[in-house]
Amino acid sequence: MSENTNILVVGIGGQGVMTATEILAEAAIAMGHDAKKTEVAGMAQRGGVVSSHLRFGERVLSPQITPGTADVLLGFESAETMRWQHMLRPDGITLMNTARLVPPVVELGLFDYPDDPLAEIKKSGRKVVAFDATSIAQELGDIRLGNTVMLGAIADHLPFPAETLLDCVLRRFQRKGEKLVELNRKAFEAGRAAVGAAEAALA
Amino acid sequence: MAAVMPIPAASRVLMSGNEAVARAVWEAGVKVAAAYPGTPSTEMLEVISTYPDLYAEWSVNEKVSLEVAIGAAYAGSRSFCCMKHVGMNVASDALMTLTLTGVIGGLVIAIADDVGLSSSQNEQDSRYWGRFAHVPVFEPADSQEAYAMTLDAFELSERFQVPVILRMTTRINHVKSLVTVGERGERASAGFKKDPARWVMTPSGAGKRIPLMFARAGELRKEAEASPLNFIEPGSDRRVGFIASGPAYMHVKECFPNAPVLKLGFSCPLPFEKCRELAALVDQVVVVEEVEPLIETELKAQGLNVIGKEILPLQGELAPNVLRPAIARLLGEEMPEKRQFGLSTAPMQVFPRPPTMCVACPHLGVYYTLSQVRNLTISGDIGCYTLGAGHPWNALDTCISMGASMGIALGLDKGRGEADKDKRILAVIGDSTFLHMGMQGLLDIVYNKGNVTVLLLDNRAVGMTGGQDNPGNGRDIYGDEAPRVDFAKLVAALGVKEERIHTVNPYELPVLFKTIRDEVKVPEVSVIITDQPCVLIKDYHKLKPFEVIDDKCTGCGNCIDVGCPAIHVTRRGKEIKPNGREVDLAFVRIETSVCTGCGLCVQPCAPDAIVHHVPVSPITLVKGCGV
Repeated sequence: MSENTNILVVGIGGQGVMTATEILAEAAIAMGHDAKKTEVAGMAQRGGVVSSHLRFGERVLSPQITPGTADVLLGFESAETMRWQHMLRPDGITLMNTARLVPPVVELGLFDYPDDPLAEIKKSGRKVVAFDATSIAQELGDIRLGNTVMLGAIADHLPFPAETLLDCVLRRFQRKGEKLVELNRKAFEAGRAAVGAAEAALA
Repeated sequence: MAAVMPIPAASRVLMSGNEAVARAVWEAGVKVAAAYPGTPSTEMLEVISTYPDLYAEWSVNEKVSLEVAIGAAYAGSRSFCCMKHVGMNVASDALMTLTLTGVIGGLVIAIADDVGLSSSQNEQDSRYWGRFAHVPVFEPADSQEAYAMTLDAFELSERFQVPVILRMTTRINHVKSLVTVGERGERASAGFKKDPARWVMTPSGAGKRIPLMFARAGELRKEAEASPLNFIEPGSDRRVGFIASGPAYMHVKECFPNAPVLKLGFSCPLPFEKCRELAALVDQVVVVEEVEPLIETELKAQGLNVIGKEILPLQGELAPNVLRPAIARLLGEEMPEKRQFGLSTAPMQVFPRPPTMCVACPHLGVYYTLSQVRNLTISGDIGCYTLGAGHPWNALDTCISMGASMGIALGLDKGRGEADKDKRILAVIGDSTFLHMGMQGLLDIVYNKGNVTVLLLDNRAVGMTGGQDNPGNGRDIYGDEAPRVDFAKLVAALGVKEERIHTVNPYELPVLFKTIRDEVKVPEVSVIITDQPCVLIKDYHKLKPFEVIDDKCTGCGNCIDVGCPAIHVTRRGKEIKPNGREVDLAFVRIETSVCTGCGLCVQPCAPDAIVHHVPVSPITLVKGCGV
């Protein structure tokens, strides 16, 4: 159904891709949408490829995003963001963490990591905004905030207010105390600002 | 897992198919639920164990889990068991006679088919079991249906005194969508009533039950014809009508919103009349079913002119990107994809990223060692350690089914030809897989005087499925203390000589290497048990991380051969050896934020370039880390 919004979140096992997509789904549901979230993640815990699909709208049928129909691609890792470009619709947008996670097969010299994934994506003619979510998280004091930075990054590219998503993120930390809530609020806003600044620079 | 307060009735919540089934199992008043973990089914029982007022267990294998459920159903209680597709191969011995006795309390068996092979050794269609055992099969298309059909399945099971199969696929088990939940209904157990003619299946007893089974199958077909789970949506575009079940139904609706569809939720026995009704509405009928052409073949045998696997694949999911072009070709239309996209739809070329073993995994030491021992044929098994077949170890030569490493090793030994006469046969198996189906194989090796060295990797968890408990780690599904099997005593009881049983720490490479090298030379069965826990479970304690002194690293690359994902190459180079040979150099660093100090990479490092990391600012280490 064409009126569905299709969000593709990609990365590698252990990065928090599935949790991020689940929070996005919760936000869509909070806005009154029907939603389906899917991924194949059987062995993803072992550092494999993870791509998580979220579709929402009045009614969602197939949970899978058909290649060429994703509205937004949220990439947690550079090469993985490249891997899934064909899933985007021609006018879709990529929001990409510039982090590079190099797997053992590359370290062993069996394969090469692309020199510049961002340049490759740009060359393909697609719209892409890049930022360093890992460094942003580190500056805030904890690399584990990267997930919240990523959610902040997509917040202004959704068909509903960023605050709805922020509420869903913060709800997860409520029981863990005000300090963590505030830290995640900062991380979310930092992700939002990073994408905003990068887009302004492009325009 | 600890029990939590269930979400109140009438709530609408985001649930995976597995969570939805678990909720329905609780609401149905089930008393006993049993399973062995297996992707994509595992979370069903994990979640069931969080509900109050029922008994849940990790069984040692799927056959035992089904037998536990059967016993409870004989006692008049509702019971449930679940498994991945290959689990039913193990459990089917019980199923094929269970269909003769039937049940008193409702019994639902959820089977999760890994369509698309996300984490399995094969792809099979569990709907066959419905035909083979003459029991009904339900096929949900999303979480809400998985929930509702589980409740319906218990009702049908009791009305016909028959076990019901709930056939799920990865795209049902792991997809999250909205479910409206209900109340738990309390149910009194009828109690076990002695009835040898029914519960004791001897040839004469079973012979009398077979006609009853076929009579029941006939009644079930009538039930399927009338079931609201099978319905026709008339549609307006009558060129092609679809008969679809499971997730394929959603894909059909997505691609062809105006086409007539017969949605089969109660798909076995097949409601022939309903299918004829659809066929009468349309020019041609396409059957969309994952994986095998079961509905298609049965309809063709009925004389219905349907199309199926002539135009659709026999493997994998029938997602929109498969369906749309297939139907376009059937109708002689241009492929919609070509019209739709301005940009290339071909994926960009990126290196593969296969699953890897975790940082500091105890299996790393085992496979690093195996990759250094020559002349081995390594019979493997199912678990994380199957990854030993990959780079950099390439140290696993076979893998087919749970526990098979034992029998295959014995067969490799007994069947060896002249070419293999100097080969040492080694089998690698994990703790849980050994208890599941491996120990019978080891008994066979001992009994038949095989010459096999068995590596029993005891990491105290069912690792690949997420670290579930098992009889090898001394905890039950609720995390409570349970008797822990003593592997050394167990293998001794099976007849392995005491002096051929060794327990070693897989992080002590010289000891492990010497033990393996010595034991493969002994022409009888040996068992080497490694005793360090999976790094993902609470038994694992982190140690102080290591780092590489850049000036000391010679680029030899020995540490990379361990295969730990925390080791990264910083630069490459080349060196001409005195003998004139050119060798590649790879200088490394250790990602200290993920290193847990196992020390495996330190041992092969020739220049002693790997030392304990001295943090710039104090870092907090996990409690109980022992530093």
